[in-house]
Amino acid sequence: MTENPTSPPLIEFQGVTKRFDTRTILNRIDLTIYEGQITTIIGKSGVGKSVFLKHIIGLLEPDEGTILFKGRPVASMNKAARREMKQEFSYMFQHNALFDSLTVFENIALPLQEKTRMSREEIRERVDLRIGQLELSDVRDKFPTQISGGMQKRVALGRALITDPKIVLFDEPTTGLDPIRKNAVFSMIAHYQKEFEFSAVIVSHDIPDVFYISDRVAIIDDAVILFEGTPVELERATSPSITQFIDGLERLKDELTGLDTRQQFLRKLREQRHLMRQGGDPYCFFLATLVNLDSIRKSVGHIALQRILAGHAGMFQQIFGDAGNVARYDRNRLVGLAPCTDLEDAIRLHQKLLDEISERQSIKMGKCPGDSCLYLEVLSSVILGDSREGLDDLVTRAGQAEQHVASIKCVE
Amino acid sequence: MNNILSGFGLFQVLGNRFLTVQKELGGLAIFFLHGLAGIFSFPFQLRKILQQTYFIGVKSLSIIVLVALFTGMVLGLQGYYTLVKFGSEGLLGAAVALSLIRELGPTLTAIMIIGRAGSSMAAEIGIMRISEQIDALDTMDINPMRYLISPKFAAALISFPLLTAIFDVVGIIGGYIAGVLLLGINSGIYFYRIESSVEMVDVSGGFYKSIVFAVLVVAICCYQGYFTHMRKEGFGAKGVSLATTSAVVFSCVAVLVADYVLTSFLL
Repeated sequence: MTENPTSPPLIEFQGVTKRFDTRTILNRIDLTIYEGQITTIIGKSGVGKSVFLKHIIGLLEPDEGTILFKGRPVASMNKAARREMKQEFSYMFQHNALFDSLTVFENIALPLQEKTRMSREEIRERVDLRIGQLELSDVRDKFPTQISGGMQKRVALGRALITDPKIVLFDEPTTGLDPIRKNAVFSMIAHYQKEFEFSAVIVSHDIPDVFYISDRVAIIDDAVILFEGTPVELERATSPSITQFIDGLERLKDELTGLDTRQQFLRKLREQRHLMRQGGDPYCFFLATLVNLDSIRKSVGHIALQRILAGHAGMFQQIFGDAGNVARYDRNRLVGLAPCTDLEDAIRLHQKLLDEISERQSIKMGKCPGDSCLYLEVLSSVILGDSREGLDDLVTRAGQAEQHVASIKCVE
Repeated sequence: MNNILSGFGLFQVLGNRFLTVQKELGGLAIFFLHGLAGIFSFPFQLRKILQQTYFIGVKSLSIIVLVALFTGMVLGLQGYYTLVKFGSEGLLGAAVALSLIRELGPTLTAIMIIGRAGSSMAAEIGIMRISEQIDALDTMDINPMRYLISPKFAAALISFPLLTAIFDVVGIIGGYIAGVLLLGINSGIYFYRIESSVEMVDVSGGFYKSIVFAVLVVAICCYQGYFTHMRKEGFGAKGVSLATTSAVVFSCVAVLVADYVLTSFLL
């Protein structure tokens, strides 16, 4: 277990126990959540992730132990202090908890109407801006039951963020969403977290998607904290209970892109290194960085960006998957692995990849319709792998190698 | 020895029941006080109170008028055939008016509102509870008691006396239709007897009752819905259904018991 010295502790659980009748849900939990970070709580269904989250905001009280908020025990706070604390929080419920008798606009505006002295005009402007950002303008005056599950999620997200809270708790924010919308929600959380600098606690079991946006991860299993640390530390964890747990939750293919998951890719990398040590062929390692994702997101929005990512990753998979494996390394980097004989062979394979991308794109897109066409800028490089380096070392080395720029049309 | 032990067991069961009832009544009283305090806390929720008054009052109007009309007509018929045996059918107006103003007006109004608005209050709040909408208010630092319950209390305190007054008037008209128009009692005598027998204390007594009933009905119906999640017999949709049933049954019983107690004090 590691601590993050750069951010002060925001919420600390010290020996927290919670029981419902005879069933122990949380058993002497010790966990620290740091300010300004995205902390993800993962665990199987029904292990008490939501119960954990509800303790943070005071919807549930622990049977034993202490919860500290900015160093102060929550239990000993008076009413005014608790109210002050609550005003810093926002909570997005697993099943949205939208008010079914209020329209989308009224749902998002509710916290402003009830808790601020803003004028009607100010509230309308602010809510309409957020509705536009969340691509909900068409359903502004509809009731929650008249819109899709994905839209309801976005309304709940809009309501959670409308007051510009300092801490946002997300209880399984992607439940019931398709892969594109799931990643769009994660992308929105990451984007707004950077923009508004709030601290986020996400309860999820969407592995590995949630890792791409998380600063820290905690695993709850059998009422205890199985692991606490960064996603990289989790990936390097060798404890059988942790690896078994992650393997049990993680899919073999990334839902959004159809690429290998990171764990699957790591397995292939280990196999490749093992083969090399046994005297087999070396392997080449590709790194592709999607440079201008943020500017594309600004132009087309979160959901369209995820569609573009899904489409292009699928293309990488089609071209590259025949020869090897491709996976997402993080939010905007792809890594690839293929057997080859030497560096020249690797460069030839890389060039073939670039040629095929441009050829397929020109066939698929035809003529670009004027200035409205967007281009996905891809920086790619290739290196020859060795039998000792881990994934992070390979990424660092490939990042320092000669980079090739490719622009791919990304009109949907 | 066994008999003694079983005797203790009985005491234990009765004691537990008693304590549970005490706890529920205490909870209900605190619930009412919180709801009442929310009416007067700033900023006033005038719009919500008007919405609830429309829901409890205006929307109940048609059923109240219908029930009042036929109640008055039945009283007129029954009263006439009873009084005519003693040759005092001229007292029909007084009999109808006093029965309605003192007893049937406030009681039947309350029972009709329980059926129409009380059950839906319990179901609405119960659904809000199980779908975490009440928790959502809490996390937004919006007091759910003030936001959801207080406007209902205010609206009931406005609506119950007004609907009771309408019930009384329409009931008297119903008695007039049966007694005067159908059975041929003199119209002047019908109204003269009402005017001479009904006193202000009868009218104010009926209104006191309607205010007490308003408090009881809203407190019980909202309390059942608000604590749907605490029910041990059923959760989710079943919990809401049980809460709605309990709300209607307990409210009706409470109204009738309170009616007897108030009547014994007012007479």
